[in-house]
Amino acid sequence: MSETRLSPAELRDRLWQAVLEGSEFDAVDVVRAGLDAGWDEEGLLLDVVAAVQTKIGLEWAADRITVAQEHAATAINERVIAALVHGPAAGRPAHPYRGRVTVTCVDGEWHAFPARLVAEVLRLRGWQVDYLGAQTPTPHLVAHQHHTNSDAVLLSGSIPTHLPAAHAAITACQAVGVPVLAGGRAFGADGRFARALGADAWAPDARGAAAVLEAGLPRPMAARQAVDDLPHLVDQEYTMVVQSRSRLVKQVLADLESRFPAMRGYSDAQRERTAEDLVHILDFLATALYMDDAEVFTEFLDWTSEVLAARGVPVHSLVAGLDIVAEQLHDFPRVLGFVREGAARLRGPASDAVVPGTTV
Amino acid sequence: MGCAQRVPELVIPSPGFPAHPCDGRVSVGPSWKDAPYPVLVLDPSGAVLDANPPARLLLTDRHGGGGPPDVVPSWLTDAHRSVTDTTGTTPAGPSAAGEIGDRFFEAHPSRLEDGSVMWWLVDGTGRRRAETSLQSVREQARTRALVSSTLLSSLNVPRCAEVAAQLAAEHLADAALVVLPPVGRRYPVTHAVRGGPAVHASRQFDPRAVAGLVEALQGFPPVPTRWIDPGSLPGWVVPKGFDRPVGSVIITPLPGHGVSAGALILLRSSTERAFSPDEEAFARLFAARAGAALSAARLYSEQSAITTTLMRDLLPPTLESLHGVEYAGRYRAASDHERVGGDFYDVHPGADASKETFVVLGDVAGKGLEAAVLTGKIRNTLHALLPLASDHEQVLTLLNGALLSSHHTRFATLVLASVRREGHRVRLRVTSAGHMPPLIIRADGRVEEAATHGTLVGALPSVSVRTAEEVLAPGETCLLYTDGITEARGGPLGDELFGEDRLRQALVECAGMPGDAIVERVQMLAAQWLGRGRHDDMATLAVSAPRTVPTADVVGVGGPHGRNT
Repeated sequence: MSETRLSPAELRDRLWQAVLEGSEFDAVDVVRAGLDAGWDEEGLLLDVVAAVQTKIGLEWAADRITVAQEHAATAINERVIAALVHGPAAGRPAHPYRGRVTVTCVDGEWHAFPARLVAEVLRLRGWQVDYLGAQTPTPHLVAHQHHTNSDAVLLSGSIPTHLPAAHAAITACQAVGVPVLAGGRAFGADGRFARALGADAWAPDARGAAAVLEAGLPRPMAARQAVDDLPHLVDQEYTMVVQSRSRLVKQVLADLESRFPAMRGYSDAQRERTAEDLVHILDFLATALYMDDAEVFTEFLDWTSEVLAARGVPVHSLVAGLDIVAEQLHDFPRVLGFVREGAARLRGPASDAVVPGTTV
Repeated sequence: MGCAQRVPELVIPSPGFPAHPCDGRVSVGPSWKDAPYPVLVLDPSGAVLDANPPARLLLTDRHGGGGPPDVVPSWLTDAHRSVTDTTGTTPAGPSAAGEIGDRFFEAHPSRLEDGSVMWWLVDGTGRRRAETSLQSVREQARTRALVSSTLLSSLNVPRCAEVAAQLAAEHLADAALVVLPPVGRRYPVTHAVRGGPAVHASRQFDPRAVAGLVEALQGFPPVPTRWIDPGSLPGWVVPKGFDRPVGSVIITPLPGHGVSAGALILLRSSTERAFSPDEEAFARLFAARAGAALSAARLYSEQSAITTTLMRDLLPPTLESLHGVEYAGRYRAASDHERVGGDFYDVHPGADASKETFVVLGDVAGKGLEAAVLTGKIRNTLHALLPLASDHEQVLTLLNGALLSSHHTRFATLVLASVRREGHRVRLRVTSAGHMPPLIIRADGRVEEAATHGTLVGALPSVSVRTAEEVLAPGETCLLYTDGITEARGGPLGDELFGEDRLRQALVECAGMPGDAIVERVQMLAAQWLGRGRHDDMATLAVSAPRTVPTADVVGVGGPHGRNT
């Protein structure tokens, strides 16, 4: 590349400043400057805009920016994408028409940014892309396949708790003869959850997704039985945890209050925060049961304790919550195994204390 | 047969024969030569030492008579070699099986002391035929199940045609064409060569040039599968990539639901055998399945095209910046398979930046398609009333009259807003007709309720409302929403309403956010509150004064300046 080309780090710093200040115009100027300096759109999208988006998430988790700043920054970044790909196409090499694909988020998934990036990169490479965006109900996704005869569905998921919904979407698309390429953090850093759920392919990033499509993705011919993917579901533990979630939350809250008198003085808002934390714990526990993978649960606990630590909240309340969950669910061996692993992880590597109630 | 006398006339202990203790004396019982099955004795080199009469007959007969009686079939020679090669002394080695003439035999060896092997041949022709036939029936059943489920998987017409052509090329012929009824004067043709992808083309041709195609496409008169002379085929019938000469061609109608869904043309190359009656029957069955699938797909696409057209005007509009004011909207219908419902919003831009932009958000009693139809009527009525839009009370009175006199018994609640940019600020006049007052998110995080209230429309003979005037500083937002948000039931305990307090609390955190981020966040919080629970339609619309002002885009201030709220 030319000597005058702006370095990616320089562009990223400038874009980061602009989105943090909420200045759409400065942000768009940064990528325009990148284009003028000889960058192509794909490089700017993936090496600058995507990198800044990742930083937004990390800064929020570390409590260095507020939720409002996070949303504002994301909104600005979205507008940067629009300005970049809908701007003048001068100098953009014309690609031959490659085919038609659908890019969508899993039902319930609100993090649309990664899917948007993939959609734009594929468009730049000559694909006709139907971008359905965040929170796409699976019936819409299937109806769209009947309407359009896509060559593939690219399914994006960021939060692991949407994996059961992703499974439904994958099998539904395959049932109508469309192969599914899964991507996003939810499917695991190595894509193992995409494989477990029977996706036809997995890609770690937008360039990888484009490569998979360019290599050709065969259509699934025979209908697959979704139940064969996850034989462990036969123990009904997943169903049980999902169905009794509200009851469990109420029970754990009541037990926490009787054990920790300090909690009785909680305000309604504080009690609601605690209840929400418990809901998250149970949702991730249920997902671990669905995938039969303890790491879904322990990774969530790692992340949660980091977020809590960044905000000065002690982790012991989480451990106490887990203990009570274990007592409530002591009849369910897989649940118990995961909760034990989670509690051990929270107590730290030095501790191998037994979770109360798990000694049956 | 010069060596025959070397073989002792003994009863050989072997599988299938009762073993007699052999004391060396000459047997007086039946010898192996009397066995009803063919028995051969081969020396270690594989030459025939002896054979009983059935074996002799078999070897002689196998070439239609007159074959040399001392040449054994190669599979038996191979088996014999593997038995004699092993140095072990097991009396019976592994058995072998193969064809002799048109029959099928299992051969069981017994080793003799001198190193030769006696082969006992058991006729398994009947069992073999039964097994082969069972195998092929199973194979057919599997193919039919696969074909049916694959054909029925898609409701997309081109996809159905692709699948039909590919399956036919795979299981019925070397290449297949699916010809659909013409669109105008052109025929959609999908062809596939075995192992290749399906290719679509739109062709103009005279169907009379292919014998039977006209009848197959019309579905009348009812015609059976028909053989065509390969020599008479027009060029377009032979797909690209089919480079061998065409040996046999059949054409069969694709019967749809009462009408023809098209025609299927099957081609086999001259090196392949022609279609057997069995295969023809399977082709007819295949055509029936493919025709039904194509027909269903066609009906679905026609219906969904109608729905799309009718629904286009009912869908919420896409919002953007207008005259220096940012608008953002988000809509979620009550049920996940619908896109429309009883909530609606519209933004009608003023003629220029000095004129007010008219914003409306409303909620019709009920949900689903029926409610959506009424929202369409209200939206049309309001559109017609735009010239009067500056007078909210008059608009609502006229709308009330229109709703009361229509046959609908439903009523509606609405918020109207007239919006205009003045300098860096945005001035709004908002009027609620029985609806939740809009919430204003101030730059400092305060959340205020617009001081407007009024009666709903379509229920009472007259309307009384109070309009509020508000001013948004840069970065401030006025949020219009429907009760689907506040009445979302769920939460961590499963049975609580989201409520206005939680909404206000959430909006405090939204101070300074762009409008599109606010509506997304509110919808996200409500959706997460709901979890998997049922919900009403949910609509949110944000009117925002932009935080940063592009110098080129600054809007001239028009109209009276000194109006105070």
